[in-house]
Amino acid sequence: MCGIVGLYAKTQAVSDNLGTHVAAMLIQMGERGPDSAGAAFYADGPGKSKVTVQHEDSTVLDDVITKATSELAGATARSRGSHRVIESSLSGDETTRWVAEHFPDVRIMSSGERIEIYKEKGHPREFVDAYQLDDIKGSHALAHTRMATESAITTSHSHPFSTGLDLCLVHNGSLSNHNRLRTSLQKEGIEFQTDNDSEVAAGYLTWRLMQGDTLKQALTAALRDLDGFYTFAIGTRNGFAVLRDPIACKPAVLAETDDWVAMASEYRAIAQLPGADQARIWEPEPAQIYSWEAGQAA
Amino acid sequence: MQTFDLNNDAVRDLNSYLHSNSDATVAVSNAGGKHAVAVGATTAHDISINGNVGYYCAGMNQNANVSVNGHAGPGLAENMMSGTVRVTGNASQYCAATAHGGLVVIEGDASSRCGISMKGVNIVVRGNVGHMSAFMAQKGVLVVCGDAGDALGDSIYEARLYVRGKVASTGADCIEKPMNAEHIAELEQLLLSAGIDDIKASEFTRYGSARKLYHFNIDNAGAY
Repeated sequence: MCGIVGLYAKTQAVSDNLGTHVAAMLIQMGERGPDSAGAAFYADGPGKSKVTVQHEDSTVLDDVITKATSELAGATARSRGSHRVIESSLSGDETTRWVAEHFPDVRIMSSGERIEIYKEKGHPREFVDAYQLDDIKGSHALAHTRMATESAITTSHSHPFSTGLDLCLVHNGSLSNHNRLRTSLQKEGIEFQTDNDSEVAAGYLTWRLMQGDTLKQALTAALRDLDGFYTFAIGTRNGFAVLRDPIACKPAVLAETDDWVAMASEYRAIAQLPGADQARIWEPEPAQIYSWEAGQAA
Repeated sequence: MQTFDLNNDAVRDLNSYLHSNSDATVAVSNAGGKHAVAVGATTAHDISINGNVGYYCAGMNQNANVSVNGHAGPGLAENMMSGTVRVTGNASQYCAATAHGGLVVIEGDASSRCGISMKGVNIVVRGNVGHMSAFMAQKGVLVVCGDAGDALGDSIYEARLYVRGKVASTGADCIEKPMNAEHIAELEQLLLSAGIDDIKASEFTRYGSARKLYHFNIDNAGAY
């Protein structure tokens, strides 16, 4: 069991309070996943790219920031919990390579123009308190609470998993063919940080997208190649997508008002949003891809 | 009338009240997707719930009349024994699973596994039901006024299924059967009980067990 929430803002008011709304939704899902929590927020930054890095030792992060702001063009940095967001006029890939070269022990949580991923082991309430999500604004967000079943409880094993520039994945379920799939993806050059099954799903999407698939094509292929139970929510630069496996054992609820689109494992998370009692609410069909993007209807 | 506002009152207090009182009229507001609302009632309470409920609403219900003005999460009326449960919106997965008796009415759609392993309950769904509905259904009646998803009635025993719309596919050992006078009469009675007066019993198709799966066939002995 895990908990997933997603929120897509259609109005400035929801966008201005994105962090507050996601925090309220996430806390409701604490009982579904007390082991770790994480969130991916999407917002325009001042620079060309954003790279979110993480390390337990804040002195290491201080070194990263000092070096980054002096060496990377236009670089500025922000702090949140054990994470730092480096914004610069370099591309996300360039900054990522720079971090990996100079600070190989520092974890790269996300990279892109709009995404910031924060995640930590521990109860979602502790995460919300420690990361002070209330001041976060943005266009959309995904978040996850984890009840570990397949692998260890660490920050690296937590969701969301980055799946490429401005892309991430959260997963409720368990995959049964992840070991073999990981091996074959490694042969294709995809790197993994953990033995986690959900990270393999993320790696799989990364690989398909690198092959030139659209997100829809990659998810259609996932229906064929991933064996197991899943409700996925996939964050993209301008929106998010939801996919349940063909058996649809894992719960999912979608809801929409004039102000927002929300996805959650349970309605009680959506109930935290303004106007939820008037929302159009439905359960996504198995093996069907649902997606929302800026400027595009459902 | 006893009232519970679940924004302030605990679900446990509501359920304790139902367990320690008889035949009460209870109004519940702000259900907010909470789990296990009005579970385990044993007497003829009249319980009205406003808002969407989470998992396992009206589970194990006996004798009580429960109405939800909203949607219901997974496991509505699970293992219900008797009484009535009515939902004005949709019901999520495995509604009325293993239920032994009583009547469940869903005015919207029911999703996957509606009536899974049902053991005597009557279920009337005004809209559609999802895949694997009435899986291993043993006894009782499932009425679907809309369409049914894949694998309807897979491995069904002696439950009777009436579907008015399309069936995406029937499951193993589930077949279409003729609508005889007794079936029309049964269906008319159930539609009446559910408060549906604009749909005719003659518009439905009956599905049930081919009875080829659950009897051991000696010709298959070599397969074991």
